[in-house]
Amino acid sequence: MSVRELSYGDAISEATVQAMELDSEVFVMGLGVDDYKGIFGTTLAAHQKFGNARVIGTPACENAMTGIAIGAALNGKRPLLVHARNDFMFLALDQLINNASKWKYAYAGKSAVPFVTRGIIGRGWGQGPTHSQSIQSVLAHFPGIYVAMPSSPYIAKGILMEGLRSSVPVILLEHRSLYSMKEPVPVKPYMYPFGQGLIVHPGKDMTVVATSAMVKEAVKAAHILKKEGIGLEVIDPVSIQPLDEKIILTSVKKTGYLICADTSWASCGFASEVSALVAEKGFRHLKGPIKRVTLPACPAPVSRELEEAFYPDYRDIVSSIEELIGRDLKIDLEKYREVDAFKGPY
Amino acid sequence: MPIDREFKKKLFAMMLKIRLAEEKVVEVYAKEQQMRTPTHLSIGQEAVATGVCLALRDDDQVFASHRCHAAYFAKGGDINAFFSELCGRENGSNAGRGGSAHLSAPEKNIHSSPILGGMVPVAVGAALAFQLNGTDQVAVGLAGDATYEEGVFAESLNFAVWKKLPVLFICENNLYSTNTHLRDRQPRSTICERVSMPELKAVSFDGNDVEVVYLKTVAAIKKIRQGRGPQFIEFLTYRYREHVGPNYDYDKGYRTKQEVDEWQEKCPVENYARKLVRAGVLKKEDVQELNKKYSAYADQAYQKALRSPWPLKEGLLENVC
Repeated sequence: MSVRELSYGDAISEATVQAMELDSEVFVMGLGVDDYKGIFGTTLAAHQKFGNARVIGTPACENAMTGIAIGAALNGKRPLLVHARNDFMFLALDQLINNASKWKYAYAGKSAVPFVTRGIIGRGWGQGPTHSQSIQSVLAHFPGIYVAMPSSPYIAKGILMEGLRSSVPVILLEHRSLYSMKEPVPVKPYMYPFGQGLIVHPGKDMTVVATSAMVKEAVKAAHILKKEGIGLEVIDPVSIQPLDEKIILTSVKKTGYLICADTSWASCGFASEVSALVAEKGFRHLKGPIKRVTLPACPAPVSRELEEAFYPDYRDIVSSIEELIGRDLKIDLEKYREVDAFKGPY
Repeated sequence: MPIDREFKKKLFAMMLKIRLAEEKVVEVYAKEQQMRTPTHLSIGQEAVATGVCLALRDDDQVFASHRCHAAYFAKGGDINAFFSELCGRENGSNAGRGGSAHLSAPEKNIHSSPILGGMVPVAVGAALAFQLNGTDQVAVGLAGDATYEEGVFAESLNFAVWKKLPVLFICENNLYSTNTHLRDRQPRSTICERVSMPELKAVSFDGNDVEVVYLKTVAAIKKIRQGRGPQFIEFLTYRYREHVGPNYDYDKGYRTKQEVDEWQEKCPVENYARKLVRAGVLKKEDVQELNKKYSAYADQAYQKALRSPWPLKEGLLENVC
């Protein structure tokens, strides 16, 4: 299989174009999908190739747009909705929750409305209270929709292509901070399934379940701790709903420890969900308390100094592990910090 | 365009079928406690759904709101599936998963959902699919006066008019949102004045005259199929019974018995029967026969529903994804 390096954003773009080539019913819809920026470049190639007929710029109407996708999907179309920030999806919750997630069930399987919604999570550069939330747990609470958070270019391409042929309404939450991440991605179309997690870094001592941008923080923590003789097993569930319970429980059975690192808050969040899963079904394997690495319980601030204090990273994961083993490993964590090369605007 | 005699009979028969099915609901709802689903009756409003749906082709699609029984029947929904759904049975229209407010017959191109305004963008989306597919189908959003207070209607209207989509918005104005009169919810201007824009002239007509409803809908559908974009019609009508449930509620203080009586004088079904008899389209005996026939239909369908199997508990998790 022919493979080359592709960025996260380019992988999404390629998946979009390939899905549109494979299925003439697929079309893209959203505010700005047809403008010169093309949602951080992800819709530019599709727009260039398929034009306004299949890449439809819309007014600002998140809720109606979602209902419109439902009506189109009901008639065999395959809409791909894009929200440049997932925070705007709060405006579409009525259609996502009251219509899309209930559709197949309430109509007894006689009709279905499969479509894909992409929403992008912001982080840093002063994105602030309403442009950097991470809404996976809100969405994954409701049966009837799939929610996934691709953490790498490979997964981003595969899961978008899978979503566009799924029989279920799908929500993909991408992370803006991952857009420049590069890795080898197959040229050909391929699918990454829902409900399948991934062991990103194998280890025998402790399990870290990490989502989205927290996956790379967890991997970084794993590299640091390896030098200390501690093996972290980093698991990326990829799919928030349906959840690959088995991969998590199998790992915890082996390690006896669980740390959940999520991009959102702790309260009623995904980290809490994974904790509950392990407490319910893996309790006897636990050798210590479960740790959650999540956002502090306040909205995202704007000031750089406050952002520093707000966002958890590899240092918080290492600290939580020090707490679990009951000693200070005396690692100079600061030396592993990367310079934030981002120049904005975000 | 004159309406021929046979079609007049058809319009009347459909209204009567709806009325008598719902009167059966009234008769047994509280007394027998078999219909455990919040039920919004269309009694008094039958002419709107009947006139609209009978102006459509089978492949046109209707998206109705919580008060959806009349539209369900008028678009071809089955009466056995209706009573079975209200009684929560497996052979109900929605296999007991949707209830009164989600009545649907996907094969007849009708879906309903009770969140106000929830189906308006879905109708617009269906219309977008028709436009993208190059078919000449029409989508119809059928909703009450309060739906047009919802934000999603403004979003949907803007999109539909901008794209010139083949969608017909029907405002079934029965004056009340639950127990609140229109004057306590909206400015003094009319709904049509507030919906209209240079690209779309919203129009309002008597919704208790089924021929008016039918003819105005036919005219709107013709414009839409000609590619002239969305149309909006308000039909003025009235529900006799409480917002949800089988009872009269003029003793509750939000409306008077006199008001209900006045509207009952304008009953779409009875007045049309008289009109057709006067015109010699139907004989009095024909009307009586039809009454018997549709009463018996409703009785039989209800009894059949009670004999129908419940959904299996093992099927609880079916069709989630």
